[in-house]
Amino acid sequence: MLFQEAVMNSTFSLVPLVVFLPVLGILLNWLFGKRLGEKGIGSIASLAAGGSFVVSVLLAMALVQNHEGAHIPLFTWISVGNLDLSWVFRVDTLSVTMMLVVSGVGTLIHIYSIGYMHEDVRHQGDPNRFRRFFIFLNLFIAAMMILVSADNFLMLFVGWEGVGLCSYLLIGFWFEKGQGGLGNAKAAKKAFITNRIGDFGLLIAIFLIFWNFGTLNFAQVFEMVPAVAQTQPGVLMAITLFMLLGVTGKSAQIPLYVWLPDAMAGPTPVSALIHAATMVTAGVYLMVRTQVMYMEVPGAQQVVAWVGAITALFAGLIALGQFDIKKVLAYSTISQLGFMVAAVGLGAEVAAIFHLTTHAFFKALLFLSAGSVILGMEHGLEAGSHGQGIHHTNGSSHDDPQDMRNMGAIRKKMPITFIVYLIGALALAGIAPFAGFFSKDEILVAANQGNMPIFVVLVVAAFLTAFYMGRQVLMVFFGDARTDAAKQAKESSLLVTVPLMILALLSVLGGGLNFPGVHTLEHWLEQTLEIPHAAEFILPIALGSLAVALVAIFLSYLVYGRKPLASAKAADPLAKPLGVLFRWMNQKFMVDELYQAVVLTPYKKLADFFAHPVDQGVIDGLVNGMGSLTVSLAGVLRKLQTGFARTYALSIFVGIIAILVYLLTRI
Amino acid sequence: MEFGINPLVLMTFFPLVGVLVLVFLAPQQKNAMRWTALGTSLVTFAISLWVLFLFDPNKADNLLVQIPWFRLAGVPIQILMGVDGLSILMVLLTTFLTPIAILSTWKAVEEQVKGFMIFFLLLEVGMLGVFLALDLVLFYIFWEFTLIPMYFLIGVWGGKNRIYAAVKFFLFTMAGSVLMLLAILYLGLQAGSFSQPELVANRSLFASMQLLLFLAFAIAFAIKVPVFPLHTWLPDAHVEAPTAGSVILAGVLLKMGAYGFLRFNLPLFPQASVQAAPVVAVLAIIGILYGGAVAFAQKDIKKLVAYSSVAHLGFVMLGIFALNPQGLSGGILQMVNHGISTGALFLLVGMIYERRHTREMSEYGGLWKAMPIFGGISLVVVLSSVGLPGLNGFVGEFTILLGAFGSKIFGSPWFAGIATLGVILAAAYLLKMFEKTFLGPITKEENKSLKDLNLREIITMVPLLALIFWLGIYPQPFFNLINPAVERLVQLVQSAALVLH
Repeated sequence: MLFQEAVMNSTFSLVPLVVFLPVLGILLNWLFGKRLGEKGIGSIASLAAGGSFVVSVLLAMALVQNHEGAHIPLFTWISVGNLDLSWVFRVDTLSVTMMLVVSGVGTLIHIYSIGYMHEDVRHQGDPNRFRRFFIFLNLFIAAMMILVSADNFLMLFVGWEGVGLCSYLLIGFWFEKGQGGLGNAKAAKKAFITNRIGDFGLLIAIFLIFWNFGTLNFAQVFEMVPAVAQTQPGVLMAITLFMLLGVTGKSAQIPLYVWLPDAMAGPTPVSALIHAATMVTAGVYLMVRTQVMYMEVPGAQQVVAWVGAITALFAGLIALGQFDIKKVLAYSTISQLGFMVAAVGLGAEVAAIFHLTTHAFFKALLFLSAGSVILGMEHGLEAGSHGQGIHHTNGSSHDDPQDMRNMGAIRKKMPITFIVYLIGALALAGIAPFAGFFSKDEILVAANQGNMPIFVVLVVAAFLTAFYMGRQVLMVFFGDARTDAAKQAKESSLLVTVPLMILALLSVLGGGLNFPGVHTLEHWLEQTLEIPHAAEFILPIALGSLAVALVAIFLSYLVYGRKPLASAKAADPLAKPLGVLFRWMNQKFMVDELYQAVVLTPYKKLADFFAHPVDQGVIDGLVNGMGSLTVSLAGVLRKLQTGFARTYALSIFVGIIAILVYLLTRI
Repeated sequence: MEFGINPLVLMTFFPLVGVLVLVFLAPQQKNAMRWTALGTSLVTFAISLWVLFLFDPNKADNLLVQIPWFRLAGVPIQILMGVDGLSILMVLLTTFLTPIAILSTWKAVEEQVKGFMIFFLLLEVGMLGVFLALDLVLFYIFWEFTLIPMYFLIGVWGGKNRIYAAVKFFLFTMAGSVLMLLAILYLGLQAGSFSQPELVANRSLFASMQLLLFLAFAIAFAIKVPVFPLHTWLPDAHVEAPTAGSVILAGVLLKMGAYGFLRFNLPLFPQASVQAAPVVAVLAIIGILYGGAVAFAQKDIKKLVAYSSVAHLGFVMLGIFALNPQGLSGGILQMVNHGISTGALFLLVGMIYERRHTREMSEYGGLWKAMPIFGGISLVVVLSSVGLPGLNGFVGEFTILLGAFGSKIFGSPWFAGIATLGVILAAAYLLKMFEKTFLGPITKEENKSLKDLNLREIITMVPLLALIFWLGIYPQPFFNLINPAVERLVQLVQSAALVLH
């Protein structure tokens, strides 16, 4: 018995490895990568991520034996006055679930990237950047692991901004590309700064927590929540809402979601790993982690639920009007994150984590398959332009390998990609028995029992989800090939397709994690979380949501399937009937332009105003004037004013000496 | 001391040995001069490490040296020097940055190398003296003394407008110092001593005048920091100063101002400090936000970094005047952080200036591709200045803001809440700078063939990078040096605050 416990505890103390292994990967690739070549670099990075996954699995197995988990301290970080922070890792069912998702999906994406980046670095014309990509990818795993394994708010914040940095670096990975050569760099900057606005909120929340709870350690804070809620409900309200601001940044919710669509400028594996499966779910994780706080302030829960629900609907509408294959998925991600956030607001934390996990599977699958399609299209483009010299003007949308209007009939050229894509799309649309059906259903049930208006909004959003996925699949894979690139598209290599197949399998089976009646995930998480309402399977709702999805897909078939787009230049069939609404959806409701006009342009003008008229004019003039006044008042200097700078300086110095000498001689 | 010589005195005046050697070198022996200066500053650094080894954070007066010097109007003036938690890191920062700055001049300074190195070493003596002097007159002498070498470093080895900048630098500082001198003389004559510890003990003797005295010291120090609106000398001085001068100016000289508040204003005039705290905090916050906005509008990289200093030192001042342990310790650590990060930024600007002789951002773009090592190092330094967690800047900023948020002296979380907006502005102007210089395609032909950093340049940066990570991940050893002294200071000020209420 004692022996077993010792083994378990020593397993728990492995937890720092989930961070250290990726760091080791970074160091190895940084120091030796240049000599190792692509295979070596990719293997080291994948092994580092895979190592993290193995450790996570060991931790999970140890947790099965001992539900209590553990806190593993490393060393003191900041200790000043009553502030006492250490680097402490937390092993419990929630943190290990996140570790498994991050390192599991992460490892698959590492492997996929070996194949993808091999092509991409050549396509972009800088093969030397292969190594840098994997260093950044490992850095991301390390930061994300810090985020999910932190045992206090500030260590979480390190991971929180750390993943933001990786996002910045990877969105701007091809920093000399994009619109005007600066498009990617600008997208990266936008992501970082928008997230910083959210981080401002999180920081304020942390300050409030510290001064009202006297500590930043999770366990101690959570223990005191009921007491604080009694005495200072306003404080708890402020904490949860400021935290929500952070969540809207990281998890791309209204009003700070605007960075995520632009983030698609990053290489596709990055979109899959960071901007779909893992990083963007950090906000959901944070709220689930601090569940006890939200549970004490129903007002804040309401706000959270509405932010999530409206985001789900709004982003779903925009997704419907996009033509870029990745942009559709990006808005879909925002919408699905909205479902998760709404779930937290409804008090259905398990459903949120369940949907987070299944979404990680099928959205990673969709992005990576989209990447495979893009690779195929790029192949076709190159083959085409070499072959018959068809018109190939740079920058025209006609050869944009990501524009769905340029695709069509890809299923014939890329059969494996087609099948896995279809599985991902069905899972996302919520078709039984795929993963997304079960997890989304749990959220809908929670809404149905808790808040009818939100239930309605979410059902509409679910309808949109199925519709835009139907539209996408039909546009990309069916109909006739609308360009030469699509005609000559080529299936990707096994290095790319095998991870896709694994993810497809997970997207099929993922629903089993919390299968109705068994509820494995719920029983696993209830070791850590409070479960106010046990998950229920309500047949009418399940059938209803399935029906909604099927109707949506059928409708999308009527619009896009029966009569496919005739050519790459043809208008979307919905453009005419929807009129202005479609234009607005396509233009993303002009939110970027709004922010530009209301925030960015005024700030730039204000900064210029401060810099020139104010600083160089008024303030400098005023202080200079006062300076010369002082000088002219000092009689000694007045006489010595010769205009020579050195004489000036010297005279002042002499003046000081004179004063001292005068005082000395008075003795 | 069994060695017969106090290590503080040895350390402070050791650079004079180098000066002496330099005097005897022939004008054409430029490399010998450089090595002499570098060697001297490295030995000084080694002595400072010995001082650190002997240092006990719990003692208020480490390695005290006390020698009667002369009498001024009957009041004794002494060579009174000591080191405590407020000064130890400033001393180490000085001895650490000086050799790095000297190493950066290897190629940049070709004219009158001898004069340059002599002034540089003299400057080090002055700076160490400022941080160690506990006699007010001695402090004042060192304080003024630092002006002269810096004046010449800007005025002789500076850029186009160097004379204007040097004079402006000199006059601004002098204008403030004159008031401080009057205050020092008043204190000495009133209390019969110029010794800081004695004056602190007898502060009731001048308590009635303390608001005015506080102001006299505060103006001198505020100009140095610089506190808004007294900052306009700084961008001019930085733009014209040679790289090594900027590194020391930003890295150490500005800290003399903040240090002055810690050493003199708070302990000598605690009630006045408490009363002035909200005003200083408002100015600090204006500095953070205004400095951030003005930095955002700059087109010259060096000016941008200069204005970023206004913002960063706003954080330091906010922390100091929060007057609680987190604020003060964070403030002191942030002084070190700013010295490292901004020092490193100026070094990097200098490296690219040596290659292209321009600092206009529009002349660059895509440098990460042309100079990958330079790009990578710059990224780390920029992020450290942005305050990315895991790097040094964050630890200081966070501790300051946390302290200010709960400061009883401010009495409201709004101060820190608004100041926290500064972290957004910092990301905006620094990432804009990084984008304009390092990202995007290479648009200028001249930039395509730029040479990446050489070994000497990398060696200059490595110690700074190491500290950036060390202070970000494991700052506790540094806090351990500061905390006891801060605790004593907080107690002193808080008991004064009680008297006030």
